Amino acid sequence: MAAAARTMFEKIWQRHIVVDRPDGYTLLYIDRHLMHDGSAAGFARLRERKMKLRRPDRGFATPDHYVRSDSRSIADIADPNHRKLVEQIRTNTAESGVTLFDLGDERQGIAHVVGPEQGVTQPGLTLVCGDSHTSTHGALGALAFGIGSSEVAHVMATQCLWQRKPKAMRVSVDGTLGAGITAKDVILAIIAKIGTAGAVGHVLEYAGSAIRDLSIEGRLTVCNMSIEAGAKAGMVAPDDKTIAYLEGRPFAPKGKEWDKAVAYWRNVPSDQGATFDRDVSLDAAAITPMVTWGTSPEDALPITARIPEPSTAPDAAKKDSMARALDYMGLTPGTPLEEVPVDRVFIGSCTNSRIEDLRAAAKVAEGRKAVIPSWVVAGSGLVKKQAEAEGLDKIFRAAGFEWREPGCSMCVGMNGDTGKPGQRIASTSNRNFIGRQGPGVRTHLVSPAMAVAAAVSGHFTDVRKLLA
Amino acid sequence: MEPFTTLDAVAIPIDQPNLDTDQIIPARFLGRPRDTQVEALFHDLRYTPERVPRPEFVTNMPAFAGARIVVAERNFACGSSRENAVTVMVDNGLKAFIAPSFGDIFFNNCFQNGALPIRLPATRAAELRAALHAHPGARIKIDLASQTVVGPDGKSDRFEIDSFRKDCLLNGKDEVSLTLGYEKDIAAFEAKQRQEMSWL
Repeated sequence: MAAAARTMFEKIWQRHIVVDRPDGYTLLYIDRHLMHDGSAAGFARLRERKMKLRRPDRGFATPDHYVRSDSRSIADIADPNHRKLVEQIRTNTAESGVTLFDLGDERQGIAHVVGPEQGVTQPGLTLVCGDSHTSTHGALGALAFGIGSSEVAHVMATQCLWQRKPKAMRVSVDGTLGAGITAKDVILAIIAKIGTAGAVGHVLEYAGSAIRDLSIEGRLTVCNMSIEAGAKAGMVAPDDKTIAYLEGRPFAPKGKEWDKAVAYWRNVPSDQGATFDRDVSLDAAAITPMVTWGTSPEDALPITARIPEPSTAPDAAKKDSMARALDYMGLTPGTPLEEVPVDRVFIGSCTNSRIEDLRAAAKVAEGRKAVIPSWVVAGSGLVKKQAEAEGLDKIFRAAGFEWREPGCSMCVGMNGDTGKPGQRIASTSNRNFIGRQGPGVRTHLVSPAMAVAAAVSGHFTDVRKLLA
Repeated sequence: MEPFTTLDAVAIPIDQPNLDTDQIIPARFLGRPRDTQVEALFHDLRYTPERVPRPEFVTNMPAFAGARIVVAERNFACGSSRENAVTVMVDNGLKAFIAPSFGDIFFNNCFQNGALPIRLPATRAAELRAALHAHPGARIKIDLASQTVVGPDGKSDRFEIDSFRKDCLLNGKDEVSLTLGYEKDIAAFEAKQRQEMSWL
C-alpha cells in the first residue's frame, strides 16, 4: 500500500523528530538559528547556566532591531542599553563561533532579509529566531517560526525545541493578480478574510496559481505576515524558482552536495491528495490595493473603500473595538480612504525592503515629488548596494525621499526611528498596533507602491491611477 | 523555576480583543534590564502621553490591587515574540492568564516562566470579566492539579492543558535540564542527519 499523502509541513516535521513522547510532545531538531541584537538575552541565560552553544555552526547573527538607520557607528547609538546590545552581538558571536554579519559588513541587514539572501534559509529545514516574523523564511519551503528568549537559550544549548504538533491549514489564491497588485495586498486580503487569530494553532501553506506566480521575494512578503493571522508558521512549496533563487548563494550547497540537496528539496512539496485541517480560498482577480484603517492587521480594506461605520459591526464587542480603533486612528466613519491625509511614509521592514520592493516603489516615484517626509530603508547592505547599482537611490533622492541604512528602523519603534504623536504614517511594515511606531502614532499598512502613491499625493491614493 | 500549583487571587478583566504584546510592554522599554521594566507594564494603557494615570484602566483602580490573575478577550498577547510580555506581568505579580485564545508565542513563553495560560470558552471568559467589573477585587481560584478554575460566582470550569506542560509547571521543571536527559537521542539524530543532509 502506498504511504499516505503528506503535507509539506508534515514531511518536514517528521524529518526533524528527535523524540516523540507519549504525552504528545516532540523534541524537534532545529537546523538553523538566526540571531539578532535582541538575542543577547539568550546568550545571557546560557552563560548563567555555564553552558556553550551546542551547534554554533548552525547559528547566523546580524544586528537589526537596535541599529540606527542614519549611521553605521555603534558609538552613535544614544541609549547605552541599546548600544550594549549591539556590542554584545559582536562579543557573543566571537566567543561562541556563530557567523556574524556585523554593522559595516555589506551583508548586514534585517535577519529575515539576510537569511534567504545568504542562502542560509533553504527548503525542508527547520529554522527559528527570537522574532515573530521568522515565518518569513517559510517562503522557501522551510518550517520557520518565532520563539521567545527562553526558547532561544534552549536552542542554543540543545539545538532542539519541545513542540506540540500544530495543525495544517491551506490558503489557496487562484487566478491572476491585477496590474499594480502586489504580494502585500495578497497577504493583507488574506488576513482581512481569516482574521488576526484566524490561523492560531496552524501552520499555513499558501497555495494556488497566484502564489506560484509570485516571485520568491513576493512569497517572502506573504509568509512574513503569517504571524499577523496568528499562524505558527507560513510556507510555500519550493519549486524551480526557489531552486534558481538559491543557486550560487554563499551558504547554499555546492557541487555534489547541491545535487543531493535539490533531490531532497524536490520532495518537500505536499503530496497530491494531502489533506489539511482547514482550507480557505481567495480569488486573486478580486484583490485590490489594500490599506489598513485600524489597529490590527485584519482591519484592511481595498483603497476604493470608505472608513467603516462601527454601527455596522456584527456585535457590541466588535462595535466597541472598532470605535476605539477609529478614535485612536483619528478617523471619521464614511470617509473615502483616498481622502485620508498622510503625514509620513516609511518604506522598509522585513515585510517589504527587498530589491523588488524598492524597484516597485521607484517605478512610482520616478519623475514625481514626495510632498511629505518619506524614508526608504533597504533590508540589507546588499539590497542597498544593488539598488544603488540600478540607480534607484537617485530616483528616490530626486523624488525627495531619504535613502537610509539597513535595519528594522521605523517598523519596530525601538531604535530611535519613530513618528510623533498623532502623525499618520503610510508604512510598508507588518504591524499597525497602537504605539508600534511611537506613542500616539497612527500606522496604516500598505505595499511599497501604495506608500509612494501616498508620499507623492499627501493622501492615500490608488496606485493604479499613477501606473496607468 | 518556581512551581505553579494553586492560585487564589484578585483578578483583573481586560476587555480588548487582540490585545497585542506592544500594549503589554511597549517596544521602547525592551532594551532595559529586566528589573527596570516592571513599571512598563501596560504603560501606554495606564498613562496618557503626558504620563497622567488613566483612572479608568483596571490596574490603576485601587480595588484591583494585588491582582495575580488576568481574564482577557480572544487572541490575548498576539504579536511579537518578546518574552518580556510574560516576565513584566510575572514581575508585577500576574501569574495566570485566562482567555478564549492566545498568541502562540506568548502561550509557549508562559510555560518558560512558571506562568499558566488557561483557555476557557469565550462565553465563560466574558462572564468572568463581567463579574470582575461588577465586583472589583473579586477573586478567582485556580487549581492546576485538578485543572479547574472557580469564578467569583462559585462556578467551576475544567480547563485543558498538555500533561507535559502541566508536569513541568507543577514541579517547576526546567526544560533545558529535561532535554539534556535526551542527549543520546540528539546525538543519534545528528549522526543520521550528517549522512542524509550532508550539505548542512
